[in-house]
Amino acid sequence: MRNIIVIIKKQLQDTFKNKTILIQFVMFPLLTIVMENAVNIEGMEPLFFTKLFSTMFMGMAPLTATAGIIAEEKEKDTLRVLMMANVKPWQYLIGIATYVWTICMIGAGVMSTTIPSSLVKTSSAQISESAVASYLSIMAIGFVISTLAGAAIGVFAKNQMTATSLTVPVMLILSFAPMLSMFNDKIEKVARAFFTQQLKITLDEMALASVNATNAVIIAANAVLFTALFVFAYQRKGLE
Amino acid sequence: MMITCTNLKKSFGDKQVLKDINLSVAKGSIVGLLGPSGAGKTTIIKILTGQLSYDSGSVRVFDKEASKLTGEDKKRFGIMMDRFGLYDRLTCVDNLKIFADIYGIKHIRIKETLDEVGLKDDYKKLAANLSKGMRARLQLARVFMHSPEIIFLDEPTAGLDPQSMRAIHRIILKKKQEGCTIFLTTHNMEEAHKLCDNIFLLNEGKIVEQGTPEDICRRYNVNKRIKLHLTNGRDLELSQESTDTAREVFELLNKGEISTIHSTEPTLETVFLELTGKALEEGA
Repeated sequence: MRNIIVIIKKQLQDTFKNKTILIQFVMFPLLTIVMENAVNIEGMEPLFFTKLFSTMFMGMAPLTATAGIIAEEKEKDTLRVLMMANVKPWQYLIGIATYVWTICMIGAGVMSTTIPSSLVKTSSAQISESAVASYLSIMAIGFVISTLAGAAIGVFAKNQMTATSLTVPVMLILSFAPMLSMFNDKIEKVARAFFTQQLKITLDEMALASVNATNAVIIAANAVLFTALFVFAYQRKGLE
Repeated sequence: MMITCTNLKKSFGDKQVLKDINLSVAKGSIVGLLGPSGAGKTTIIKILTGQLSYDSGSVRVFDKEASKLTGEDKKRFGIMMDRFGLYDRLTCVDNLKIFADIYGIKHIRIKETLDEVGLKDDYKKLAANLSKGMRARLQLARVFMHSPEIIFLDEPTAGLDPQSMRAIHRIILKKKQEGCTIFLTTHNMEEAHKLCDNIFLLNEGKIVEQGTPEDICRRYNVNKRIKLHLTNGRDLELSQESTDTAREVFELLNKGEISTIHSTEPTLETVFLELTGKALEEGA
């Protein structure tokens, strides 16, 4: 446990001086607050920017941050030094994942301030839930899957350059497909295969209970896929 | 013995990189593994520290098979590999804090350690802003901060300027005085000669010679010669075994024509060259 806390503390210190990672965590929460307060078009769906940027945030920030952190540590040999100091690979990975997930949840917390705290949504199953709580739960699920994808890429990549070239296409698909699917039906059909689109549908309702069997199966399938990719990458490359 | 290797063999695919390595390291000594790049030095360190498995033979560290070393055993090591492995965006003190926390060391030890390596006044500097020599010293500080029993140093002074090299040598010798056992690899024969109690010359995965630096040089001192530099700028080399040499030198001395006079014992470099046909720094 001590080593996990050390990794989290180290990462916290490092992030404040790492603009590339920091911007990932700050950009979407900031954009959401600004846009929700500055843009007010008649007929626009309520919480339009919150829903849009939340989907992009979950498909982008945990993925790029996790992959970037692991790949940088591999490239600069700091990861090897940690392993030689008897930090176990699982302790390191849990430390990084916990850190990324927590920071993203703080971002989601900031974004959730745009949702009226009194807003209660009743799903078709007649379950009433607080919209803020549902929003945070949906984001939490998205961040877990996205962090897994980032860890798979970070472990697989030998250095930061490889990590970036693998992260960018995955990030573009996961974060932009749900946005583009609002304008194009064909893209929407393809985007349905990704967890970000499924969680976007749930975000549109702002109720976790609105998840139907299809949504749940696709989200679970994405989680299984990225877990399998992570296991494959770890078995092939380890943390060397 | 702190480390004993017997008939150690290691292959990567079809290529055998270590061939019947036999070596031992006594407690409190500095042992050097000398060889050109690609000789297998880093592979040996990785095997000794349990980072790499081996094919056959026996490797015992702290009287335990290296492959069976536990996390607690590894805490008795300090390892400095050839690359720096520092967190560039963190300060010197924050870099050390990470490892102090991992090893459960009180933070007061960080300042003491930085003082020992001469970085006391630079503790707030970011690692990225340190010179190469300072980075090496910071890395060394991290290596011995938890007072390990054995320190493994892989090319600790590679690419450093003479002043930084001397600073690193001073630290290494101080650690030896404190009772630490040090196992280092280098392709710098001067460094090996200055620091090591015992050296092993490694070439293409094989130990080709071993002993104290002086013994090795003496063993290969077959062409005993003396070298004279004359006042007229000429150099003269004479065999010590020739009966005429003493007379010749005496005559030159009488005439005041000798500027300097040296015996020409082989260096580790020349011994290595004689044994392997290549220089230590080749390909380094």
